[in-house]
Amino acid sequence: MSNPSLREFQRDFAGALNHHADAADSQPAFAVYRNTVTKAGIDALEANFPSVVRLVGRDWFRSAAALHVAAQPPADARLLMYGASFIDFLRDFEPARQLPYLPGVARLDRCWTESHIAADAPVLGPRQLAQMPPAQLASCRLRPHPAARWAWFDDAPIFTIWSRNRQPGEVEGEIAWQPEGALLTRAEWAVTWQAAGRADCAFLDACAQGLPLAEAAGHAAAADKQADLSSMLARLMQAGALADPTHDAPTSERPTP
Amino acid sequence: MTSSHLLAGLGLKPAHYDAAVDCRREGLWFEVHPENYMVEGGPRLHWLRAVRAQHPVSLHGVSLSLAGQAPLDAAHLARLAALARQIEPALVSEHLAWSAWDSQYFPDLLPFPRTGAALGHIAARIAHTQDVLGRRIAIENPSHYLRIDGHEWDEIDFLGELARRTGCGLLLDVNNVHVSANNLDFDAGAYLDRFPADAILEIHLAGHGRDPLLGDALLIDSHDAPVAPPVWALYQRLIARTGPRPTLIERDGNVPAFSALLDEHRQAADMLMAARETEPVLP
Repeated sequence: MSNPSLREFQRDFAGALNHHADAADSQPAFAVYRNTVTKAGIDALEANFPSVVRLVGRDWFRSAAALHVAAQPPADARLLMYGASFIDFLRDFEPARQLPYLPGVARLDRCWTESHIAADAPVLGPRQLAQMPPAQLASCRLRPHPAARWAWFDDAPIFTIWSRNRQPGEVEGEIAWQPEGALLTRAEWAVTWQAAGRADCAFLDACAQGLPLAEAAGHAAAADKQADLSSMLARLMQAGALADPTHDAPTSERPTP
Repeated sequence: MTSSHLLAGLGLKPAHYDAAVDCRREGLWFEVHPENYMVEGGPRLHWLRAVRAQHPVSLHGVSLSLAGQAPLDAAHLARLAALARQIEPALVSEHLAWSAWDSQYFPDLLPFPRTGAALGHIAARIAHTQDVLGRRIAIENPSHYLRIDGHEWDEIDFLGELARRTGCGLLLDVNNVHVSANNLDFDAGAYLDRFPADAILEIHLAGHGRDPLLGDALLIDSHDAPVAPPVWALYQRLIARTGPRPTLIERDGNVPAFSALLDEHRQAADMLMAARETEPVLP
């Protein structure tokens, strides 16, 4: 339906909200709309990146978030998913140069969100694995659970920094400056996390690519020659990081654009 | 499921999930923004299902952009329909507003000139939404802050005509009427007296704030405070005329303990019971 006056009004109003000049802008009450729109975006980033907030302080965070909201406003009404590009924003954000671990911490906050909203699916346990015919085990393709997220950080102990800032209370003690990995999974309707090794991450990467178990194990061994593959598999199953392949994988969209 | 058995309800906050599941107060129901539950799985849907197992739930959308010129978001509407199939809500509602333009989502309920063309445009979108959902929805009057040129319809006539053309119901937000009447200088009581009673499926009550610069001259529909006394008075005036209607207390900021919300809930429920005992004068 053609509706030019509505179109023109909304084009001009949207432009004014995005800080371009407009006639409606001349009324002081227009600021209510602009403030509400900006505040909602900043509030969403604050809610979605709580560990970053805690590291940099609320005032610093909201100032930085305001710049990001202006540059990359929400496209989707589901604001709990807003902020996928905030990690890159922090990486390029000059005032954050002093805190090189900030993008990694933001990435784990994002992993938490993705795990929180991912599809439900049965997890692979030792019993299901034992039921597979041994001859087929090497060629079976294990899939990461929809709610599993993992990341390896070569440069900094991101997992320790993140986990200390993800929950209330102070954790004492020096942080050893070393590479670290993280694994986030969901159990009993809550996101949980634990440290992950190079081999864990390489194995899950390979599974996510659809590689057969034998090949994925090869990737894990290549990533860490010390890795004990059977205990790794047991740990990943214990964490709920793998989906039960006897159930169909959900076909719906992945949450991250 | 009809909504006639609903008394007073509360906006559901994640901090209150456990308390909401456990609460057994008569007639209690809960309302959520479906946008917060349009996820593939996980704890949010789990808790909403748990609350729904104990109480009626209403889905109150904030982003369908019914008054928007940009095409209706078919994926969003499909997600809303999927959530409604799963939750079986007692009520589904949206706003007389727009919030999307040029692939950008503006998290607010934005105004527009109420023209005849806008009326036809919005009626078609409401009808399409009701077709996709397979049910009647209620449309809410938003809060107003700006004087806008080009209105051909007044708001009540516009909403009434939408209801007539599409069969939709109306959600009357009494706090929004109070805020708008203050900001645009009209009589809130007279507005309520004219509002088509037979179309009202739900009433909203909420707290508001003052603009930090303009003070009382510009009230803000902030949902971060208890319902204010003048809004309670308007509410009593309304339901004395219409009889009891499902009434929701919204709270989105400075969220207090669940027990504090239950106190406000009690106040609304008592007023509803009192209105039930008096013969409503319609329309």
